[in-house]
Amino acid sequence: MKHRLQFTGKKLIRMALLLLGVSIVTFLLMCASPLDPLQTNVGQVALGSMSPEQVERLEAYWGTETPAVQRYLGWLGDVLHGDMGTSLLYRQPVLTVIGQRLAGSVLLLTAAWVFSGVLGLILGVTVGVFRGRWPDRLIRGYCLLISSTPTFWLAILLLLIFSVWLGWFPIGLSVPVGVAADAVTFGDRLRHAVLPALTLSITGVANIALHTREKMIDVLESDYILFARARGESEASVVLRHGLRNVSLPAITLQFASVSEIIGGSVLVEQVFSYPGLGQAAVTAGLGSDLPLLLGITVVTSAIVFAGNLIADLLYGAADPRIRRGAARE
Amino acid sequence: MKSYGNGTEYNGKGKNRRKSTILFLAAAVVILGAVTVSGIFLEGTATETDFSRTNLAPGAGGLFGTDWMGRDMFARTLAGLSLSIRIGIVTAAVSAVIALLAGTAAATLGRKADAVISWCIDLVMGIPHILLVMLISIACGRGFAGVVAGVALSHWPSLARVIRGEVIQLRQAPYILVAEKLGASKLQNVRRHMLPHLLPQFLTGLILLFPHAILHEASVTFLGFGLSSEQPAIGVILSESMQYLTTGRWWLALFPGLALVLAVVLFALLGERLRQLMDPSSVHE
Amino acid sequence: METILEIEHMSVFFTQYERGIRRRILPVIRDLTLSVGAGQIVAVVGASGSGKSLLAHGILGILPYNSHVEGTIRYAGELLTPERSAELRGREIALIPQGVNYLDPLMKIGPQLTKGSREEKVHRRTRRALERYGLGRETAEMYPFELSGGMARRVLIASAVTGTPRLIIADEPTPGLDAKAAERILGHFRELADEGAGILFITHDLELALTVADQVAVFYAGETIEAAPAEDFSDVSRLRHPFTKALWHAMPEHGFNPISGAQPYPDEKAHGCPFAGQCSECMSDCRETDRIPLREFRGGMVRCLYPGEETVL
Repeated sequence: MKHRLQFTGKKLIRMALLLLGVSIVTFLLMCASPLDPLQTNVGQVALGSMSPEQVERLEAYWGTETPAVQRYLGWLGDVLHGDMGTSLLYRQPVLTVIGQRLAGSVLLLTAAWVFSGVLGLILGVTVGVFRGRWPDRLIRGYCLLISSTPTFWLAILLLLIFSVWLGWFPIGLSVPVGVAADAVTFGDRLRHAVLPALTLSITGVANIALHTREKMIDVLESDYILFARARGESEASVVLRHGLRNVSLPAITLQFASVSEIIGGSVLVEQVFSYPGLGQAAVTAGLGSDLPLLLGITVVTSAIVFAGNLIADLLYGAADPRIRRGAARE
Repeated sequence: MKSYGNGTEYNGKGKNRRKSTILFLAAAVVILGAVTVSGIFLEGTATETDFSRTNLAPGAGGLFGTDWMGRDMFARTLAGLSLSIRIGIVTAAVSAVIALLAGTAAATLGRKADAVISWCIDLVMGIPHILLVMLISIACGRGFAGVVAGVALSHWPSLARVIRGEVIQLRQAPYILVAEKLGASKLQNVRRHMLPHLLPQFLTGLILLFPHAILHEASVTFLGFGLSSEQPAIGVILSESMQYLTTGRWWLALFPGLALVLAVVLFALLGERLRQLMDPSSVHE
Repeated sequence: METILEIEHMSVFFTQYERGIRRRILPVIRDLTLSVGAGQIVAVVGASGSGKSLLAHGILGILPYNSHVEGTIRYAGELLTPERSAELRGREIALIPQGVNYLDPLMKIGPQLTKGSREEKVHRRTRRALERYGLGRETAEMYPFELSGGMARRVLIASAVTGTPRLIIADEPTPGLDAKAAERILGHFRELADEGAGILFITHDLELALTVADQVAVFYAGETIEAAPAEDFSDVSRLRHPFTKALWHAMPEHGFNPISGAQPYPDEKAHGCPFAGQCSECMSDCRETDRIPLREFRGGMVRCLYPGEETVL
């Protein structure tokens, strides 16, 4: 147990250091940018309606007079006190904006993540078993085609077919236009999330299925599968008892590694469907040089990705008897 | 029973997939090359406006139709594709070189260098890819320089990991250790024993980066962080087409996207087939 | 004595691609003839890479998809079709593999041996099989990585006796074990043979094979080149093939004289006797005669134009 705690602790420290690195890199990139946020936003409503102190604090952060190191340390100090600064475009604390936007995206992201994970695993295992035969070729062809398709174009295509031609789904936004916020039903939300979630799932499945297939083929070529066959286990038993069990470990890693890709995809998909989530906020912040918000979004999404990796590592340790029992013995 | 004095006498019987692979590789290279070159020549045509022929559907308005300024969509698509392919090749090449340097450095310069580089790889992989490209592009002031820097500086980590693993394995390979004992210099060892093993890995890694690079260039341009709207880029074309979707001008989005998908599929197949050809473990397939 | 396994002119081919685009069909086992009787241990001795394991997989019908088998295999007098071997493997025909990596690393020993069956009968048999080799109930609750080398080997043997094996194929069951431990394992084989099973013992270690085998078949470049009763190995002049003699001379107690040269790869040999390159007795017609047949000679079998000639070392 002590061993596991140590392992988790080490991973947490590494994760914190990586996050620190992400924030430094992002900060440096922003400092290097010739697009000055204050210049871009001067005269805009956002800046005009701010109090003088707010503007002053902004200048302390982003003004060119203060050295970068000092600005970064100022930002970091505030973050440790739970303040990520104020968004220039939304005139709200960055954390509030991120919280709202994340809440909007969460349905979309989780649906796509679960769907692509489960379907990808099933497809990958099936195709690994039928290696070289027509189901394999069919699904491999699909995966190749999808991984070669830009996510945003797939989104446009689905929008064109299901919203414009068939009229089954709304054109955009996560809620109907002109309806008061509290009158929006869960059904409305669902209807608006279907196409974006579908786009993300279609893309996500391809990657997971392909990787699962590779792992499944490795497993099926292993000595223990050979011995299971030699001992008269049926093909179904070989696949279900040994194949699935052994492919499940890499599948955990794969599933959690896909978090980053799904978030990345959501940036594009939300833009096409005008879905007011975190991804769309990132694009708006980037285009409007809302650097505090962009920095906040980068750090938060990276934290989600790293947390995913950490969970994968911990689950792996719990699922693999070599680690679980090996640690228990020490 | 059949005679089987010599295994090679079965040559030519049945379907030989490897031969068709070589043919396919040649065809793919020719097609992609033709698209790239013709796109360069069509750049002028692509920006020509003709207000007597606006918003024509495919057929009347040429193969791919025309847009609201009467520009020929076929020429625009080819020019955009050509631009995408050229950017893709440059950025993938830069990324692959970074990967090669980082990977070998991590594997050869000791534990500290390895820890630092591995940490950097984890860091870059921790930021969602598209977000990172956006950030780098912003740092470079967007536009052509932004998108090229963004794609080139963000695609190296996974290949660097592969190369690091490969070099570590090679360094511990008995025949290399023996060569070192026999007095071969480090440089000699690298050139004579390591490069021949690394090169195929590196080349297929490079070609498999093309599709990613092209897709990310198009995506970032689509979002508005890449090429400017005057340039006939696929991302720009598709971004503009968004305004006309509801008015039924589907061809503005359909054909340019389809062309991009086809080009990327060709690149992906190219890399995949090449990998199979060079991978000794695929002899049975 | 009843003949359990009878293999005649068995060949195994693999389809491969080499150097870019050439496709070829590689014969890894050619014209193999072999028989195993009830209560008999037949050792198949050959260097690694001579196709020995594929012999085991061929009998069990579990060769990979890019291979095919020619010739006839009979089990208990009847043709062993793929359907029949699928029926028999794990019940009457058992494989004892090399080591612990033939066990599913993520499954406990118990469920692996019972193959997921819920029947009490199967569980009881499994418990008894484990007990027979000194493995207590706790073994069933262990994962393969928790077994010691010797325990793993006993688990693998126990897996064979969870059925009612009449033919046991042991594929290099003792690598990495010291002589004493190996002999103990081979003792278990003798026991199983005495209970009436036929045992095909595949190994690269002639010395070890001779401690337990009744018959020895020598494998060279995918062919059986000699089949001899084990007692023939007590005197080199009773051996038939020059390769067998060279193997005999290479044994520690007979001077440890190594054989020069290496076995040809299956495809290198175009004409003549495959051993020609290493043979001290090689004649000019040895290099020209294709497909020398296996023939009866002095109570054994040999594939040589000039068998039994005196080897001068």
